Amino acid sequence: MKRPPIYGMMAEFDSATALVAAAHQTHEAGYQKIDAYSPFPVEGLAEAIGFHKNAVPLVVLVGGLIGGLSGYLMQYWISAISYPINVGGKPYHSWPAFIVVTFEMTILFAGLAAVFGMLALNGLPMPYHPVFNVPRFAFATKDRFFLIVFSSDAKYDSVRTRQFLEGLTPKSISEVPS
Amino acid sequence: MDERSEQLVAGGKQAPVIEPGYTFGSVTDKISSIVLTRPTSTGWFVGFGVFFLLTMMMLYAIGYLFVRGIGIWGVNIPIGWGFAIVNFVWWIGIGHAGTLISAILLLLRQSWRNSINRFAEAMTLFAVASAGIFPLIHVGRPWLAYWLFPYPNTMGVWPQFRSPLVWDVFAVSTYFTISLVFWFIGLIPDLATLRDRSENRVARFIYGMLAMGWRGSARHWFRYETAYLLLAGLATPLVLSVHTVVSFDFAIGIVPGWHTTIFPPYFVAGAIYSGFAMVLMLAIPIRKIYGLQDFITERHLENSAKVMLATGLIVGYGYIIEAFMGWYSGNRYDAFTLWNRLHGPYAFFYFMLLACNLVIPQLLWIRKLRTSPAWLFVVSGVILTGMWLERFIIVVVSLHRDFLNSSWGMYYPTRWDWMTYVGTIGMFLAAIFLFVRILPMISIFEMRTLLPEAEVKE
Repeated sequence: MKRPPIYGMMAEFDSATALVAAAHQTHEAGYQKIDAYSPFPVEGLAEAIGFHKNAVPLVVLVGGLIGGLSGYLMQYWISAISYPINVGGKPYHSWPAFIVVTFEMTILFAGLAAVFGMLALNGLPMPYHPVFNVPRFAFATKDRFFLIVFSSDAKYDSVRTRQFLEGLTPKSISEVPS
Repeated sequence: MDERSEQLVAGGKQAPVIEPGYTFGSVTDKISSIVLTRPTSTGWFVGFGVFFLLTMMMLYAIGYLFVRGIGIWGVNIPIGWGFAIVNFVWWIGIGHAGTLISAILLLLRQSWRNSINRFAEAMTLFAVASAGIFPLIHVGRPWLAYWLFPYPNTMGVWPQFRSPLVWDVFAVSTYFTISLVFWFIGLIPDLATLRDRSENRVARFIYGMLAMGWRGSARHWFRYETAYLLLAGLATPLVLSVHTVVSFDFAIGIVPGWHTTIFPPYFVAGAIYSGFAMVLMLAIPIRKIYGLQDFITERHLENSAKVMLATGLIVGYGYIIEAFMGWYSGNRYDAFTLWNRLHGPYAFFYFMLLACNLVIPQLLWIRKLRTSPAWLFVVSGVILTGMWLERFIIVVVSLHRDFLNSSWGMYYPTRWDWMTYVGTIGMFLAAIFLFVRILPMISIFEMRTLLPEAEVKE
């Protein structure tokens, strides 16, 4: 699939407060497909662009359940079915002894689910992205804040969107080639 | 005054978490320049060279061990656990402070942790790696060490899950894995900063690949923060479980001096105690050499000292209870273990242990010493020594005289024991040297959130 030549319109701000305010206004003006970029997590920014819930907790819960269940069942199967050994008359299914490994496996799977789930949901790794085409965007990892309206948005119009973003008094505006 | 500004302003007696006058840009430049533009000093090469040679010495000692077997060590019957297990427990304990700082203090909203969590986590990784060497080379036939893990095999045998030694395999490997990913996802936004700041094409490519295309999108940050918080929530019980399981290695055995219920909390407190001592021993020279006194302030040193004081008292309580139970249990073997510690051939080390862990650290009650880097460095060194002696007392002194006096013995470490132990210290410090040179040792993005301008005003 060929991408449209323009990926979106990007506005640059110099403070977190300005970015959150601009994101609110853009979202309220009816732009749906927008994103904001900041050098550190800004409180309320995700809500401002209309992103309220993420699936990471669910992924972690599922990961933890899989880890815990597989940990316990593995020990049960090994100790009671596949390789039963009588140690001092202890029952084959000596569940209190299995708790530690079950716990560790729960943490291991839940933790890996948190990391890889977060990366996968974020679509990372993705070394190339159109926003990197904007030279000023290098400051998004230092001290600058950016707002983008994607060209795929129904309301996107290269002239009117630029005018709208100019109304938010940004430091600069650039068109993002894809 | 709200919570945030209270932590930042130098009000009252406490030093601030970050000195005033910094901006997003200057924080970024200051930390990233250590990696990107600061010339590598001769001191760095000398230090790294020395520790690298010590690492080579360790590899030599291990190579010789593989050729000759563990007979080259001082271990024997009855003391089958010698230096390998002493050092294993010591290193694992040191690692615990990193996770405590990065996970538990995050959950407790202690934002002063932001400037020390990164290198404390790195310290955890390198300490756990150093620890992991010992049980592997101690198994006797290290080329079969993978038998520790349950995997389907043609012999049809499986690990024995009722044994705490198998629990330990799971606890330590989980701990290492989770510490590694926790550290790595903390690094991702800073790697992106280095990617965008670096002038060198090769460095930019490497940092860029490691940053995985991080661009600081609001959606990404939202998921990132959720994942980070959940990982902290998972790492908190994990870190407490690791030294608990290590203590089970002892407490589930019936050897007098091991078979006590106080071991888990007492081991965890001791782990954090020694870990903070190592954090201070690293942080004090690093902040001086790299001029980071504005980010790692007196506040951090003092808070770490307070943690050491508190955990040191818990450890002291453990010693008292051990001694009390030796008498109160009425068990003649337990009573003998106490007597043997006080009057046996290793009594000198027991009194050294009491001096290092119980007596000298009480100096930290004095505020002037808590805020003096030189004093803290010395006291931390004393505590690290004391915690090593504690593990020596637990492992060796308990084993060398147990139930039957016909099976008593003595333990003397050989030069191979010492070479391996000193070698792991060299490997640990060489890794720290590499870390401060190629990765940001302070979390840049978390430092930005500490600045007053990071707050969104309505």
